[in-house]
Amino acid sequence: MSELTLESSLRLHPRVSVRPEPFGALLYHFGTRQLSFLKSPQLLAVVEACGTEPTVADALRVARVAESEFPLYLRALQTLRASHMLVEEAA
Amino acid sequence: MTLVAPAPSTSPKRLVDHFETGLNSPICLTWELTYACNLSCVHCLSASGRRDPRELTTDECKAVIDELQRMKVFYVNIGGGEPTVRSDFWEIVDYATSHDVGVKFSTNGVRITEEIATRLAANDYVDIQISLDGATAEVNDAIRGAGSFDLAMRALDRLSSAGMTRLKLSVVCTRTNIGQLDEFKAIADRYGAQLRLTRLRPAGRGADVWNELHPTQDQQRELYEWLVRHGENVLTGDSFFHLSALGESLPGLNLCGAGRVVCLIDPIGDVYACPFAIHEEFLAGSIRDAGFGAVWRESELFAKLRAPQSGGACRSCAFFDTCKGGCMAAKFFTGLPLDGPDPECVRGFGEEALARADRVRPKPSVDRSHRTSPPRPRGGSRPVPLTLQRVRPAAPPVSACEESPVAEYVASLKGGR
Repeated sequence: MSELTLESSLRLHPRVSVRPEPFGALLYHFGTRQLSFLKSPQLLAVVEACGTEPTVADALRVARVAESEFPLYLRALQTLRASHMLVEEAA
Repeated sequence: MTLVAPAPSTSPKRLVDHFETGLNSPICLTWELTYACNLSCVHCLSASGRRDPRELTTDECKAVIDELQRMKVFYVNIGGGEPTVRSDFWEIVDYATSHDVGVKFSTNGVRITEEIATRLAANDYVDIQISLDGATAEVNDAIRGAGSFDLAMRALDRLSSAGMTRLKLSVVCTRTNIGQLDEFKAIADRYGAQLRLTRLRPAGRGADVWNELHPTQDQQRELYEWLVRHGENVLTGDSFFHLSALGESLPGLNLCGAGRVVCLIDPIGDVYACPFAIHEEFLAGSIRDAGFGAVWRESELFAKLRAPQSGGACRSCAFFDTCKGGCMAAKFFTGLPLDGPDPECVRGFGEEALARADRVRPKPSVDRSHRTSPPRPRGGSRPVPLTLQRVRPAAPPVSACEESPVAEYVASLKGGR
């Protein structure tokens, strides 16, 4: 799998359901039967913004993530892509 | 299960700490659809057997599913009783899976025909758990009843032949089967199933047999080591977090989820905090009043369970952080204080507590056992609940003194229940 960059384009997998929770959100993948826990409301905002914004960088900005924290969020998104919660769209 | 945390510095709370204060909806919801069952397993958590006439109707079940869909409860664990004996069972399954609620159901296999197996294999939102409590007929049938081993194996065979891949073999760990863990794994592997091991709880009829059937301390260690060796390849439903004190934590949340991340809906719509505690003490409300969501959000019992727990006598234990004092249901049904050690505490504090004379076991608040159950092997000198059956018309007439209840019993066992 290629390295995720700020220019990548991500979408929620069509079989993933998102449930907001006080700590962030719960993601359930109906295909893999896997649960993921998003441990902050801001990460949920990023994941949601990925669905509407053309690139990861745009999604991070829309979710008001400070640029200094971009690398941390990139790593979190990479984890979600590895578990197929997010899928990469061809540029 | 994956935890995704972008910035640890901004989330000082661990995820389990969040879970302790409760979620918007349960992660894991158990729904016992009926108390009716074709078997009379000696350890049945819900003391099932006879159908409750107040059982939820098909429409009420569908209304529950509609609500679960709105609450984004991703899947339900359906059990019973034997859920497949409900005549509308397949209709309920289809309704759930077409409303974004996945179904994982437990069965003893009785209704798994080849036709049903094919149908289930084609529904990608269904997982099936076949219950088996012995890797041999001898060990299994002593607990689940004569013929039940063959019933389970037939179901595994049919499902696997039909191409069902989301199959689990579900085993309650007891004193008589801990030595068969490798054999269970081999059976699961043979049918492409995942092995799921859970804990024997002293709830329902399980309370009657717990003393004789719960694993010994040596067996607990054997089980723990086996679980550590097999890691995430074996499911445990987070059953064994009380064993964490033997070393490293086992995979899973390692927390009592009662009222926080799990709960149970029973066949008549009553909601209990824990799937292993169908008792009025843990009754949170009824879905028949204002729906499931209202109970989940507003029940006083749930609010209490989500408040910080004291930990009581266990607080000073070095393993409290992972064991959390063990299982609430196990303590309750053995008459131990809820803020003290688990009866199977691996450090032996549970045994000490059990030995105390002032322990009073709670009376069961419900029992739907078959009144005509065949007598089961129980310890002690309890009277054997034998029921004489009327002579079948086809049988040759015999005088009253020639009719042996034991002969009748043996015959009915051979009948392949």
